[in-house]
Amino acid sequence: MAARRISGFISRSLSSSIASPGRTCNLRSEIQRFSTAAALQEPITPPVRKTFPAFDPRTGEVIANVAEGDAEDINRAVSAARKAFDEGPWPKMTAYERSCVLLRFADLVEKHNDELAALESWNNGKTYEQAAKSEVPMLARLFRYYAGWADKIHGLTVPADGPYHVQTLHEPIGVAGQIIPWNFPLLMFAWKVGPALACGNTIAGLPPGVLNVVSGFGPTAGAALASHMDVDKVRYSHVNPCIIIAFTGSTETGKIVQELAAKSNLKAVTLELGGKSPFIVCEDADIDKAVELAHFALFFNQGQCCCAGSRTFVHERVHEEFLEKSKARALRRTVGDPFQKGIEQGPQIDSEQFEKILRYIKSGVESNATLECGGDRFGSKGFYVQPTVFSNVKDDMLIAKDEIFGPVQSILKFKANATRYGLAAGVFTQNLDTANRLSRALRAGTVWVNCFDVFDAAIPFGGYKMSGIGREKGIYSLHNYLQVKAVVTALKNPAWL
Amino acid sequence: MAEIHSNGSSKSSAKIPKIKFTKLFINGEFVDSVSGRTFETIDPRTEEVIANIAEGDKEDVDLAVKAARFAFDHGPWPRMSGSERGRIMMKFVDLVQENLEELVALDAIDAGKVFEQAKAGEMPFAASILRYYAGAADKIHGKTMKMANQLQGYTLHEPIGVVGHIIPWNFPAGMFFFKTSPAMAAGCTMVVKPAEQTPLSALYCAHLAKLAGIPDGVINVITGFGTTAGAAISSHMDIDCLSFTGSTEVGRVVMQAAATSNLKAVSLELGGKSPLIIFNDADVDSTVNLTLLGGFANKGEFCVCSSRIFVQEGIYEEFITKLARNAKGINVGDPFDPSTHQGPQVDKQQYEKVLSYIEHGKRQGATLLTGGKPWEKKGYYIEPTIFTNVTDDMLIATDEIFGPVICVFKFKTVEEAITRANSTRYGLAAGIATKDLNIANTVSRSLHAGTVWINCYLAFDADVPYGGYKGSGFGREFGMEGLYKYLQVKSVVTPVHNSPWL
Repeated sequence: MAARRISGFISRSLSSSIASPGRTCNLRSEIQRFSTAAALQEPITPPVRKTFPAFDPRTGEVIANVAEGDAEDINRAVSAARKAFDEGPWPKMTAYERSCVLLRFADLVEKHNDELAALESWNNGKTYEQAAKSEVPMLARLFRYYAGWADKIHGLTVPADGPYHVQTLHEPIGVAGQIIPWNFPLLMFAWKVGPALACGNTIAGLPPGVLNVVSGFGPTAGAALASHMDVDKVRYSHVNPCIIIAFTGSTETGKIVQELAAKSNLKAVTLELGGKSPFIVCEDADIDKAVELAHFALFFNQGQCCCAGSRTFVHERVHEEFLEKSKARALRRTVGDPFQKGIEQGPQIDSEQFEKILRYIKSGVESNATLECGGDRFGSKGFYVQPTVFSNVKDDMLIAKDEIFGPVQSILKFKANATRYGLAAGVFTQNLDTANRLSRALRAGTVWVNCFDVFDAAIPFGGYKMSGIGREKGIYSLHNYLQVKAVVTALKNPAWL
Repeated sequence: MAEIHSNGSSKSSAKIPKIKFTKLFINGEFVDSVSGRTFETIDPRTEEVIANIAEGDKEDVDLAVKAARFAFDHGPWPRMSGSERGRIMMKFVDLVQENLEELVALDAIDAGKVFEQAKAGEMPFAASILRYYAGAADKIHGKTMKMANQLQGYTLHEPIGVVGHIIPWNFPAGMFFFKTSPAMAAGCTMVVKPAEQTPLSALYCAHLAKLAGIPDGVINVITGFGTTAGAAISSHMDIDCLSFTGSTEVGRVVMQAAATSNLKAVSLELGGKSPLIIFNDADVDSTVNLTLLGGFANKGEFCVCSSRIFVQEGIYEEFITKLARNAKGINVGDPFDPSTHQGPQVDKQQYEKVLSYIEHGKRQGATLLTGGKPWEKKGYYIEPTIFTNVTDDMLIATDEIFGPVICVFKFKTVEEAITRANSTRYGLAAGIATKDLNIANTVSRSLHAGTVWINCYLAFDADVPYGGYKGSGFGREFGMEGLYKYLQVKSVVTPVHNSPWL
């Protein structure tokens, strides 16, 4: 389920290729064509019942009305996915054949790079440059990566304590429910769909029913997916509890998802949640480089990254210089229309986020942190926020504890692990021992040393503590979509044990 | 460049290709050999010369190694990320698929391969190996380890360096990809020496590699003879690793040369005398066909061919009757004829060797069930040949014949079958035909062979490791295991101070 965003549809539409490339006006008519559909097995499924608007965060205007799926649509999607898994060709295809399909998808993504990027930018507010030059190519890269895993999924033969032949089979888990967030719609799509398909699963191109996309709202469609019991027990004589739900989003919603999963059929859950990741600048850091990296770590994607380096810890000996330079850098940050060249920061995603960020800024000021720059909305239209820097932030302030998800940098003097989150961390130092010690001491799923936001298809990503459960990307992501079956056979007169 | 004409068979349907590449491929260019010498490559259908190919010798190998060494030490290939290498290898796959027919045709006229079979099976399989390793290039993982002291350790799997590949003539294009693909994925550079009988497809593949964007010097091809070019590679002081597929005799020589020169790492895929063991409960009709497949595929020029068939006494008579009958359905003929099942042997030397083994069999008193003679006057064609009443010590039972000749034996018990099947200096593959779970498990675990096929044969896959026991060699190809010989494991250890956990 693509939470309130339409880019999920494009994956379905790629198999019937879009004719017109280009920017916003050319795309409008194409989007009308695909938006009025719950994309199940056919791209257009009349009659259209409810729709909801997809907004352009530069202006607050409506781009298109998108079909609003709810519990019933989720049921249909799950049924289709269940049928595709139990009766369809996908899990019975050889892994090699599946990998060919995934590769073909990557080729199509590449072919439609600019169009996909424009849609992302239009709907999300991220700069077109970022979408076109790094995110859409990354989408293709991820699918190629997973295509390469499809035929390399290995179980084990295991030595037993007696005359038994033991093998573990890594079987596709069945139907996967995936709830993806709005901050990196296409990438999150790839992180979830890629490994699930590579392992032979179906999701509530591709043969009919294998990939189903339902757009709608969390409390309705999302909740329906999380609590799905796997419909139609009349047709399927046994209850098959093999649905997994993979969710990326806020910690609060993640708790609800896990609760619903537990209450329904105990489906396996992976969660990628919020973060309040520390960026640690050590005494020996190259200050200019550290300032630039810390700036990037927080402000990237309008601050809307679960792993944003949102608490910048600076060693007191270099604090003053660092602060001065960080403030200057923030003041230089260019804010404006994401389609314009040279713009670094676009609008926040929507009014809800926009209001929330301004409230946190207010709380920062009220709790006596020092507002170094920014602190208000940018311009008078759309959801733009000025790049904002707070210093003299204390650990117990709200802006130091809560995930803001906006362009608000908080600079503190040293102390890292006091947070309920544990998604990522950055360490900036030249010293070997410091690097080793800190990377082991930080309770975070990813530690970046002298770099930040290095994402590669092969590098696993996920959270400690309340930042989530499970890992995505890399070989580790395959585990989420496979069940291990041990097959044990008695042996007679084995030649060796 | 020579023009080829059809060998006169009126049923020939596919186009015979023009020979475009006849020179050595060094550092991205086709060049003459230093000596200027050339050698002839012969069409086994007609015994005629197809083309004159540059004959590489020690000086040419030196130039190729120099190029490969430079490409490894300074060139982009090992310095690209695995995923970038994978992308280029995928382009290579696309080019292979676009030019599939021409590649197949080259092997048909050079090695006598049956065109339709190679086009439908063997060549797509070769492409799938390249594709498999293209997808593996960014998935080469080392480990981080817990150590017994205040230390942290991890392993890096580094490309071993410059690799020498000496490949045989039975699957010319296939072997080219089986060897170069994992080496490329690992980030190595290489010198390939195709067999002197079959140089054409390797040179064509080199051309495609360049088109795909494989940087100069990464793949070099030296055509020539084993005793000169092959020996130069085996004993070269600047080659880090050697991968050889061929006969056990030559494998021994190659390994000795590696040892006396610079102790380069060696992997060997050698000969076989693989047994197919058929139990009383097996379905006779399907097992007869399995036997013919395993024994006569690729005109018996297959290291894993099931050349010793052990049949349990309960079904023996029925089995050999049906075997003789079905063997007559194998059509020997021109590889381009769509109705052909079996083409000519690769060259005169092999042809004469196979015929001499057949004579040995007759002289030593085995019974000729079917076949036993050459097929036509022109070309190196031999009838599918089956011997029965063979004793375990006959030459045809102990030696690898590498032709369309199989021996059938009768056995009583499971234990006897295992013992006799294992009584060979080889250990490449084996087959078991039975419905019984216990026999399948017991026998498969008891056979000394690198691959055991249960109720199937020649079931290869890109992800399934393949290689020999005993005199059939060591090292594995295919699967992630296939990468190991092209990687070195480096352990990196450093102290950690005040780690919150150990």
